[in-house]
Amino acid sequence: MARTRRPVVPGWFTGGGDTDGGGPGAENFRLLGTRCGACGAVFFPRVDSFCRNPGCAGTELMEVPLSRRGTVWSYTDGRYRPPPPYVSDPEVPWQPYTLVAVELAAERMVVLGQAAPGVTVADLRVGMPVEVVPGVLGEDAETVWTTWWWRPVPQDDRRRA
Amino acid sequence: MTADVAVLGTGMHAWGKWGRSFVEYGTVAARAALADAGLEWGDVQSVVGADTVRGGYPGYVAGATFARALGWQGARVTSVYAACASGAQAIAAARAQILAGLADVVLVVGADAAPKGFFAPAGGDRPDDPDWLRFRLLGATNPAYFGLYARRRMALYGDTAEDFARVKVKNAAAGALNPYARYRKPVTAAEVAASPVVADPLRLLDICATSDGAAALVLCGPEYARRRGVADPVRIRAVSTVTPRYPRTDLDLPDIATDSAAAVPEPPVAFRPSIARAAYEEAGLGPDDLSLAEVYDLSTALELQWYEDLGLCAEGEGAKLLRDGATALGGRLPVNPSGGLASFGEAVPAQAIAQVCELTRQLRGQAGARQVPGARAGIAVNQGLFGHGSAVVAVR
Repeated sequence: MARTRRPVVPGWFTGGGDTDGGGPGAENFRLLGTRCGACGAVFFPRVDSFCRNPGCAGTELMEVPLSRRGTVWSYTDGRYRPPPPYVSDPEVPWQPYTLVAVELAAERMVVLGQAAPGVTVADLRVGMPVEVVPGVLGEDAETVWTTWWWRPVPQDDRRRA
Repeated sequence: MTADVAVLGTGMHAWGKWGRSFVEYGTVAARAALADAGLEWGDVQSVVGADTVRGGYPGYVAGATFARALGWQGARVTSVYAACASGAQAIAAARAQILAGLADVVLVVGADAAPKGFFAPAGGDRPDDPDWLRFRLLGATNPAYFGLYARRRMALYGDTAEDFARVKVKNAAAGALNPYARYRKPVTAAEVAASPVVADPLRLLDICATSDGAAALVLCGPEYARRRGVADPVRIRAVSTVTPRYPRTDLDLPDIATDSAAAVPEPPVAFRPSIARAAYEEAGLGPDDLSLAEVYDLSTALELQWYEDLGLCAEGEGAKLLRDGATALGGRLPVNPSGGLASFGEAVPAQAIAQVCELTRQLRGQAGARQVPGARAGIAVNQGLFGHGSAVVAVR
C-alpha cells in the first residue's frame, strides 16, 4: 500500500505535489503565513486568532504565500544527532544536515529551514540567493512526512533573474 | 537612587557532573550563603527559588523544595521560572519583596542537575510549542542557533574561528583560578581547533557544556545590613527583566522565523542591547563606569556579541576588543573573570545567581587570584529562552 504524504505540520506550506526537491511542480510550492487585515503585519509560522503587533487590535488574519526566493542570512549544520522529537534511526550512522536562515525581502523577515539534501555549508555564503522547494523530513510505515527545503538558486536561473 | 538592596551573603556548590539531586546542590549553596551572611536559616523571612524540573512530577519546583530541605520554618515562599533568566528573576522577586517591606532578609537559591548532551523539550506531541517545533521540524539544537550567529559574525565583521577560540582560551585561564568552576585547566587555541565541529563553525570547545551546580544569595535592605554591622555592603542597584519589542528581528532560540518588519519598522534598539540599557538606566551608570562584566557565553562567538550589546565597544568590534586584551584578567574591563559558562557549564536556574556571586566577590575584593583590582561596579547579563531579558548591576 502506498504511503500517504502528509505535511509535518498542517497549514505551513502548499503545492509541490509529489515532488521532492526541485522536481516538476516545485515552482508552485510556497510557505504559507498569515497577514493581519487591519495593519498588514505578516506572520510565519501562521497566527490565526489575534494580531501580535502590540499597536493593533486586529483579529482577521488571511493566509498569504511567502516569497519563494530570498537570500542567505546565515547557515550552520548539525554534526551530532539531535534529540527527539527530531526523528532519526539510531541504528543508522548520523548524516549531518544543513540549516539555512533565509532573509525574505518583501516580508522583511528571516525564515529558518533545512537545506535540500546534498547542500553543505561549503555550498553556501551569506547573501547568496536561495529558493524554497518541497522536501521530505522522514518516513514511517504509513506516512511520508513532507516539509520545506532551502536550496541555492541554480546558476542558470540566477542569470535569467 | 535609594532602591538598592544589599548582598549579605553568597554561596555556591562546585559545578560539575556529580550525579546527585538539585536539592542537595541548592541546600549546600544556601547554607554557604547563610554562613557567609552570618545568619541562621531561621532568620530568613522569605525564600525565592529559581525553578528546575523535578523528576516524576509534571511541573517546575524550587522555593518550597529548598525550604523543606533546610527545615520548614514558615518563611514566605516564591518560585520563578524564566529559563536561563530564572536566577535573575528570582533576584528581582527577592528585591521587590525587600523594597516593598514584605521581608527584611531573603534567601535566593538556584540549582540544577542538567541532562547530558543537548537540551531537549519535554516529551509528548506539542505542535503549539515553538521549542518542540524547532526540534521536530528542523532538528535545530541550541548550538545550531549559536552556529548561525557565529557564521553571521564571520560574514559581517570578519570574525575568525581563531577569534572564537581566543574567548575560550581567555575564559579557561580565568576559570582555572576559580575553585567552584567545573573545568579548571587552561585551554590552548590548538586544543579548541582540534575539538570536533558541533555546529559549523563552532567546535565542541566553543560551546558550553551542561552541568550540575548551584548558587545562592542572601539579600536584605541597607538598614538590616547596618544592624548586622555591615556598613558598606555590595549593593544590587538594578535588575533588568525586559522583554523584546515588536517586531523582534533577531532570529533567536527557539523561533523558526523572526517577526516581519514589513508593517511596523524595527525598534531602534534590538532585544539584547535593550537588556543592558534598561539596567544602565535604572542604575544610573553606563559601560564606562564598569570594572567588570559577567556575560552568558553559551558560545565563544556569543561572548563577542555581548561586548557590543553591553556597549563595551561599537558593533562589529567585539573581536578587536578581545584581541587587544581588554576583556582578559588584567585588561581594562575583564569579562567573565569567573571563567564564565566556558568553565562552569550550564546549570540553568543557578547561572544568573552565580554571576551575581562573582560580582559580589569581586566587589568585596575576595576573588583571590582572579581579583579585578579596585572593582567598584559590575554587570551580569544573560537572556532566557522565550523572551526573558536579564541583567543585574552591582556596586560597592
